[in-house]
Amino acid sequence: MSGPTAFGLCAAVAVGLGLYGLITNPHPLRKLIAFNLLGSGVFLLFGVVGRRGAAAGVGNDPVPQALVITGIVVAFSATALAISLLLRLFQKTGSTTLSNVAPPNASSDPSGG
Amino acid sequence: MNIATIFEVVLAAVVLGLGIWTIAVRETYSATVGFVAYGLLVALIWVRLDAVDVALTEAAIGGGLGGVLLLGAAARLRDAEPTVAEAPGMVTRVSAAALSALTAAALAGAIVFLPDPAPTLAPTVVAHASATSLANPVTNVLMAFRAMDTMLEKVVLLLAIIGVWSLAPDNAWGGHPGPRHQADPDGILVFLARLLPPVGIVVAIYIFWTGANHPGGAFQGGAILASMWVLAIMAGLTDTPSIGRRWLRFVLVAGPGLFLLVGLGGLWFGTAFLAYPPALAKPLILGIEVAMILTIAATLGLLLAGAPERSVK
Amino acid sequence: MSLARDIMTISAVSAGVFFFLAGTAGLLRFPDTLTRLHALTKADNLGLGLVVLGLLPQAGSLREGLKLVSIWLLVLLAGATVSQLIARTARQGETAK
Repeated sequence: MSGPTAFGLCAAVAVGLGLYGLITNPHPLRKLIAFNLLGSGVFLLFGVVGRRGAAAGVGNDPVPQALVITGIVVAFSATALAISLLLRLFQKTGSTTLSNVAPPNASSDPSGG
Repeated sequence: MNIATIFEVVLAAVVLGLGIWTIAVRETYSATVGFVAYGLLVALIWVRLDAVDVALTEAAIGGGLGGVLLLGAAARLRDAEPTVAEAPGMVTRVSAAALSALTAAALAGAIVFLPDPAPTLAPTVVAHASATSLANPVTNVLMAFRAMDTMLEKVVLLLAIIGVWSLAPDNAWGGHPGPRHQADPDGILVFLARLLPPVGIVVAIYIFWTGANHPGGAFQGGAILASMWVLAIMAGLTDTPSIGRRWLRFVLVAGPGLFLLVGLGGLWFGTAFLAYPPALAKPLILGIEVAMILTIAATLGLLLAGAPERSVK
Repeated sequence: MSLARDIMTISAVSAGVFFFLAGTAGLLRFPDTLTRLHALTKADNLGLGLVVLGLLPQAGSLREGLKLVSIWLLVLLAGATVSQLIARTARQGETAK
C-alpha cells in the first residue's frame, strides 16, 4: 500500500459517498455538498494517475494537473449558480423543497420577480 | 513502509472519515463546516501528490471561496430544513447504497490495476518547454499547449455569472448584488478589512507572477484578489457594484476577450488559432494572464455576491 | 552544525505539536464556545509559532525564513480577529437567551 494508492482508494470511496449523498438527501444544499464531494473525489483520481506518471524531473504529470485546475474553477462556478438558484427558490416559495406538492407559504417573495 | 507512507495513509483515513461525517451528519450547517475542513485537508493530499499548483487552487477556490459560498447559503437557509415526509424510503436508500458501493468498488479496482509502467505526457511537456521559455510545466500546459481549454473555461465563468445575474427579481434588475453589509466601524471586522487587503493584494500578485516558473498562476492569484474584495464588501467598507456598470462588464469580458483576440491573431498572422509566435510567446502569455487575473477576481467575487437584490436607486 | 540545526528543529516542532495536541484536546473537551476558542488560540499562536521556529534552521535562505514568519503572522491575524468575532456572537447569543 503506497501513499498514492491510499489516496486513490480514499478518492474512490469519496465518489461513492458523494453519489449516495446526492441521491438520498432531500435538502438541495446537502445535495450540492455531496456533488462537490463527488467532484473532489474525481479530481483526486486524476491526481493519483498523474502522480504515477511522474517523469522527466516533474513530480506529477502536468496535463492532468491542468485539467483538474480547470475542473475546480468550473465546479465552483457551477456551485455558485446552483446556490443562486436555491436562494431564489427559497426567496420565492419560502422553502427549499424540490418536490412539486409543497404550497408556497406566506413568506414568499412579494416583489413579483 | 516508511514514515511518509504511514502519514499519507493516516491522512487518507482522516479525509475519508471527514467525508463520511459530512454526508451523514444531521444539520446542514455542520455538513457545510465539515466540507470546508475536508477541502483544506484535500489540499494537503494534493501537496503529497506533488501537485502544488492544484493544492493552491483547491485551498483557495475549493476550500476558501467554496466554503464562503456554502456557509453563506447555509446561514440564509437555516430555517428551511426539509420535512420528514421528504426523506427517501428504504428502497431508495438501499439501491443508492448499492449503486454507490458498486461505483466506489469499480474505481478502487481501476486504481489498484492501473497499468505499469504508467503512461505519461510529462516528458513531452518538459521537452517542449522551450516554446514558451516558462519553467512551470503546469502553466505551460494551461497557457500554451492546452490554451483552448483555458479560454473556454473563461467563457464558462462568464456564462455562470450571466446565469446568476439573470435570477434578479424585476425590481432589482441591473442593481446591486447581495445585501448592504454594515459592521461596527470601530470593530474587529473593519480592522481586518483595512489591514489584510494590502497584504493580500501583494501576495496575490506575487503568486500570479511567480506562476511562470514556480507553482502558482492566474487562478490562484485571482482567487486571493476576489477574497480580499469580498472581505472589504462584508465589512461594509465598499458596496457591491451595480451590475449595469460599464467598467464592471468590461473587466468581466477582458480575460476571454483578450484570449480570443490573441487566438485570432495567431490564425491571421501565424499558423493556427492560438499559435504564439516563438519570440513573443512569453510576453503574450503574461499579457493574457494579467487580463485573466482581473477577470477571474471580478467573476469569482461577483459569483460570491450572488444575484442582484437591491435596485440601482 | 547541521546536527545542532536538526536537534533544534526536532525539539521546536515537537513542542509545537504538543501545543496543537493540547489545543485539540481543549476543543473537544471544553464545555462551551468561549473556552474552546481559548484553547484554539493556544494552538494557533504557540503551536504554529514553535513549528515555524523549528523550520527556520531548515530554510534555505533569508527570504524563505521571512516567508515562513509571515505565514505565522498572517495566521495570528486571522485567528485573533475570527476568535473575537465568534466570541462576540457567542456572547450575544448567550445574553439573548
